[in-house]
Amino acid sequence: MAVFRKLAVAALALGGAGAAIFWWLTVPEKLGPEALAALGAGDTARGQRIFDAGGCASCHAKPKSEGDARLQLVGGVELKTPFGNFVAPNISSDPNDGIGGWSLEDFANAMLKGVSREGQHLYPAFPYASYARMKPADVADLYAFMKTIPAMQGRAPDHDLAFPFNIRRGLGLWKQLYLSNAPVVAFAEGTPEKVLHGQGLVEGAGHCGECHTPRSLAGGSEKGQWLAGAKAAEGDGVVPNITPEGKGINGWSEGDIAGYLETGFTPEFDSVGGTMVEVQKNMARLTAEDREAIAAYLKAIPPHPNGYPAQAPKPAG
Amino acid sequence: MKKIVFAIAALALATTAAFADVIADRQAVMKENAKQVGTLVKMVKGEAPFDAAAVVAALTALNDNVQKIDVAASFPAGSDQGDTTASPKIWEDLAGFQAEVDKFKAATAAAVASPAADIDALKAQVGTIGQTCGTCHEAFRVKKG
Repeated sequence: MAVFRKLAVAALALGGAGAAIFWWLTVPEKLGPEALAALGAGDTARGQRIFDAGGCASCHAKPKSEGDARLQLVGGVELKTPFGNFVAPNISSDPNDGIGGWSLEDFANAMLKGVSREGQHLYPAFPYASYARMKPADVADLYAFMKTIPAMQGRAPDHDLAFPFNIRRGLGLWKQLYLSNAPVVAFAEGTPEKVLHGQGLVEGAGHCGECHTPRSLAGGSEKGQWLAGAKAAEGDGVVPNITPEGKGINGWSEGDIAGYLETGFTPEFDSVGGTMVEVQKNMARLTAEDREAIAAYLKAIPPHPNGYPAQAPKPAG
Repeated sequence: MKKIVFAIAALALATTAAFADVIADRQAVMKENAKQVGTLVKMVKGEAPFDAAAVVAALTALNDNVQKIDVAASFPAGSDQGDTTASPKIWEDLAGFQAEVDKFKAATAAAVASPAADIDALKAQVGTIGQTCGTCHEAFRVKKG
């Protein structure tokens, strides 16, 4: 009996320690004063470019929106993943249903730290694991632009997630593993400015790796297979390998890549398809210089074999 | 039990084989479309000089090819199996797919009716046609690796 009691106490103590460690590891961490000071004033025109590079409208506006409707960010687009269904929220300038009441600090914490104004973890379906690599000034520019878009009323439904993914606090552990503002590809000194500019667009605001890089079981990007292609988050398809030796853009020149992002036509004059259609429309809004920088970066990164399993062997005939 | 499995496998094999020609044919149609569109895109990108006669020739060939697309004949149910990027969504939303094909036909027919006479008009025309390629491939094509 005494032994049993001792065991129970030990178990409780251990459990308590575990809970305390979990609590400590999963505290939603916000930006420090230094990072906040680096944000700066923000420029609306530059912010629009970030908005297009980030493709915000593709998830936060209604599907197939064109023209002014692209700026009506009511949310509601669903992302059906193995973790459950994520629903993009209203991020219009409405103070109640959108983020019109958020300060620059609130906004920067969401973009760079994945923390909401209420201090809760956000789900990385909102690709802050990429946005964390953005320059603080770009975030301030985007904030300035977001202030200019129309206020839209109405809230999107909540996410519908399975246990344990429905416990937000657990995302603190995910962030320990996957949230970092360090660049993914380490370029040597003397790397052309064009490549580095492309790196900022691809690894940061453009969040290309979110679809083109395979994910671990825990749902984080496998940085050792950066942009190697992956199974699509939704459906049965694959997202192509866009590293230099990847099948997706094998043999494409920088001009071919930039041309594809601008026109939607491959060098073989096939057209863009799948979820890349929305992305390409956004890329077409960037400057030629931006698209050329993205192309230069994609030609400069390490090659990887495909990050998705080969298609099942074809039946004869 | 083994016999049943064998029968199912044989049947699966037979259906796949049966669609191989259909798949090859519709891929040939797409390749031909790409060839004509390529002539136009090269001009738009400035890789080839604007040539009004070549524009008319490419648009005419493209339109002739596109008007021949017959969804029922080229996309029989089950022909998402095999070496194809046709998405199962085609058969889940056959009316939506047909609507996209009709949009494509209308776009190429309109282009042939008033072929671009200068490079700016060609840019707009290629943009319109390209968009119909994109919206259909967005919903109804799936890359399988």
